Amino acid sequence: MSVKYTKDHEWVKIDGDTATVGITSYAAEQLGDVVFVELPDVGKTFDQGDEMAVVESVKAASEVYAPVSGEVVAVNDGLEGEPQKVNESPDSDGWFVKLKLGDTSQLDSLMDDAAYQAHIS
Amino acid sequence: MPVTGPETMTDTLRTPLYDLHTALGAKMTPFAGYDMPLQYDGIMAEHKHTREAAGLFDVSHMGQAHYTGEEAALEKLITADLSALAHGEQKYTLLLNEQGGIRDDLMVSRPFGDDGLFLVVNAATKADDFAHIAKNTSGKGELRVIGDRALIALQGPQAADVFSALVPDAAKLVFMQCRVFTLDGTEIWVSRSGYTGEDGFEISLPADRAAEITQKILDDERVKPVGLGARDSLRLEAGLCLYGHDMNEETTPVEAVLMWAVAKPRRERLDFPGAARVMQMLADKPARKRVGFTMTGAPAREGAEIVKDGQTIGVVTSGGFGPSVGGPVGMAYIDTEFGAPGTEIEILLRGKARPAQVTKMPFVEQRYYRGE
Repeated sequence: MSVKYTKDHEWVKIDGDTATVGITSYAAEQLGDVVFVELPDVGKTFDQGDEMAVVESVKAASEVYAPVSGEVVAVNDGLEGEPQKVNESPDSDGWFVKLKLGDTSQLDSLMDDAAYQAHIS
Repeated sequence: MPVTGPETMTDTLRTPLYDLHTALGAKMTPFAGYDMPLQYDGIMAEHKHTREAAGLFDVSHMGQAHYTGEEAALEKLITADLSALAHGEQKYTLLLNEQGGIRDDLMVSRPFGDDGLFLVVNAATKADDFAHIAKNTSGKGELRVIGDRALIALQGPQAADVFSALVPDAAKLVFMQCRVFTLDGTEIWVSRSGYTGEDGFEISLPADRAAEITQKILDDERVKPVGLGARDSLRLEAGLCLYGHDMNEETTPVEAVLMWAVAKPRRERLDFPGAARVMQMLADKPARKRVGFTMTGAPAREGAEIVKDGQTIGVVTSGGFGPSVGGPVGMAYIDTEFGAPGTEIEILLRGKARPAQVTKMPFVEQRYYRGE
């Protein structure tokens, strides 16, 4: 399973044709305490770069963009009652959505871990 | 009379506690021309700690000034009855324009052993406020801007226990009283007041002793430093207005629901700025007024439109998550007919109408200390 990153601080874990999407620990740290996450409906399709979800912290609302095009096949319902999971474990339990990948070549436009670390440093 | 004091805004300014903030690991943010702490541990933790124990805030960016001379000249500009302000008392008051619009909200106090008044105004408005007061009291009074003192606030249910360990007599003050005390040989000006809805103190202290005294308060393990982020969520839950957001020059004390800050004798004499218009609006009921609202899900933020049956009926002026309430809270200006608590409204968030309810403020119980 490989992990890729966007410049807007989303991560994408690829498993076959399914991409799990969340925000990076760097982004979660910058946002501060997350109090609400607005997730899309299952079945909705997004083009790469579309606004896909909204994460609300105490201070502000921030958009989460679709890192790749695809159809939403699952959303993390656990965030409804426990939005703080985004702060506690942004890389795992704090995931946002799973997308069924459309065009896998879009993954090439994303950063690998080393490139992302360089991007935020 | 000209304004005296170091009031030139050039680059980002630093308060006397800047080095302490960075040493404490604060995330800094520009605010009203100052580089201020936004947060230390996190807004949620700082907010809750203030409600449960005690929080320490640097509010040195606010404007402090001393006024001496003819008080009638100053009184004409504000809404307080200064003749009723006794030594050792503080009042919340409003600086109005000629139309009765709110130029600023401020604290005025009459310290013991002093022939003048102590003013504390908002950071973003202080240059304008002081110029306005100086110009309009020229030849009658003197406004001296105080640039060599820091201002901190210690807020929360344990604030009195913490502070009276250092200044025993401070515990004798009740809400909106003030006194001059000495701490380690340093003169400090203390009032029992704040901007969180909690009991607590606001403390003016010499800039060159500020870091040392603040550190001494922080040495008490019940106290944590709190940044501007939690200052905003605390005041919002307490139903307290933020100038420039929940009121401005276009809003009157009637619309802002702040007529309690217009002293009765001033209403009777109709001698505050814009009095005729303001009292007429009070009699006629204003077209819009400031209300609180609550909702579930995503919090509505400042600027969000309020609708009812497809019609725009208001706008959010402050909004966010209330950590102690455990949900979104906010203030809005709304058509008066929809202003009753319990009224169901809708707020547009990212194009979608979300249900919300007009709610009586404060959202949390105010816990000011008014004596045994």
